[in-house]
Amino acid sequence: MRRGLIVLLLTLALVVSAAGAAAAQTLRVGVNAAFPPFEYIDDETGEYVGFDMALIREMAARMGMEVEIINTAWDGIIPGLLAGHYDVIISAMTITNERAQAVDFSDPYFATGQVIVVHAGDDSIQTPADLAGKVVAVQIGTTGHFAAERIEGVASVDHYQFAPEAFLALKTGRADAVVVDELVAIQEIRANPGELKVVGQPFTVEYYGIALRKGREDLLRAINRALAQVRADGTYDELYRTWILGE
Amino acid sequence: MGLDWGLIVRSLPALGQGAVTTLTLTVISISLGLVLGTVIGLMRLARIWMVGAVASAYVWFFRGTPLLIQLFLIYYAMPPLLGITLDRWQAGIIALSLNSAAYIAEIVRAGIQSIDVGQTEAAQALGLTKFQTAWFIILPQAFRRIIPPLGNEFILLLKDSSLVSVIALEELLRAGQLIVTRTFKPVEIYALIAIIYLIMTSAISVLVTFTERWLRVETRGDQRRTRGARGVARAGAP
Repeated sequence: MRRGLIVLLLTLALVVSAAGAAAAQTLRVGVNAAFPPFEYIDDETGEYVGFDMALIREMAARMGMEVEIINTAWDGIIPGLLAGHYDVIISAMTITNERAQAVDFSDPYFATGQVIVVHAGDDSIQTPADLAGKVVAVQIGTTGHFAAERIEGVASVDHYQFAPEAFLALKTGRADAVVVDELVAIQEIRANPGELKVVGQPFTVEYYGIALRKGREDLLRAINRALAQVRADGTYDELYRTWILGE
Repeated sequence: MGLDWGLIVRSLPALGQGAVTTLTLTVISISLGLVLGTVIGLMRLARIWMVGAVASAYVWFFRGTPLLIQLFLIYYAMPPLLGITLDRWQAGIIALSLNSAAYIAEIVRAGIQSIDVGQTEAAQALGLTKFQTAWFIILPQAFRRIIPPLGNEFILLLKDSSLVSVIALEELLRAGQLIVTRTFKPVEIYALIAIIYLIMTSAISVLVTFTERWLRVETRGDQRRTRGARGVARAGAP
């Protein structure tokens, strides 16, 4: 009778640990999938696609893990990581001091900068200083938002939930300019040619990183190793050509 | 996990500013919604079917579509479609007023219909005109009955007003989100926001209770007088 109980408990323990091991094989990835070309939902297939999505899948394959994508709002993406809803964030997230106080970052995997986007026919804005007295639309919580707030004399920085809404605000005359990541700007202009344009060169330099909860050194090392591998074997360049250059 | 009390104190001014925006937006919108909603509620009871149909269509649309989308359409679709550009405050107030009017119209209609038909018959038997019947007999009684559901609508609108953040209007919830994007401490901020909303909704509840009591006292006085008169009549009888 007692032996039966022990066998039962042992079996249970085995099943539970097997389930635990299987769960450990899944890398849960938090993403705000409204930021092409880095992460967005494909119109036709409904799949999560983009540079970041392809990169994390390649990296996870080298780590021997399955990827589970968890789409989440941008303004809750770090709290979601801290609460343990996913293991990492890859979502065109710039490494900043503020964020690095809350989370750990992988090695940088992408370099970019903030640009100013204006109406195609608007020549009055050439540099960030020209934004004085203007209304600037941004996506809440992005480095574009923080960069815009650092520009002196801006009449108003309007915070929208998503980048496309900030562009819509510009197109409908609610704002004079949008401050946003360079590649997102390029993607928007490619999608709606003739309406908007990018002014000059990026006025900030930023690096994207993959975010993890603090204290997960093993996972951080595995991620940096996988990142180095995809860079070394040419996979990274291939992804860059496909998603960023659109070849 | 310890709470960051310093953050809570530092956040209060910004959240207070947001709360003022929320309250201003809600009070203006509920007032406009009350006027429009009463008109539409009365229209729904009109004998002329066209008037009733217009009012029904209004309620059907504004109650049947999400407020979020109404806000979005009023803010973004009006400039290209109608050539009207509203600023954020105008768009927010219009959307909230139009939306609450649909609900208030139903509250008003139900309130009026809840008054016993015998009241109308009695008023007409006493020779009152239709207008007099409505103004002196039906509406005062209906008004008393719609106070509690109106209070409900006021509270709902206060909370729904957080949706105006989609058009970049910085009300209470958005003011909190802006702090969270910098501090990554949603627990402190959202708990604080919940308390601020509770304070505001409690104030509305108290206001509604007072209005109800005030109206009830008036009624009770009437009843007492009636009873007194009856007593005198009875005392005088042999």
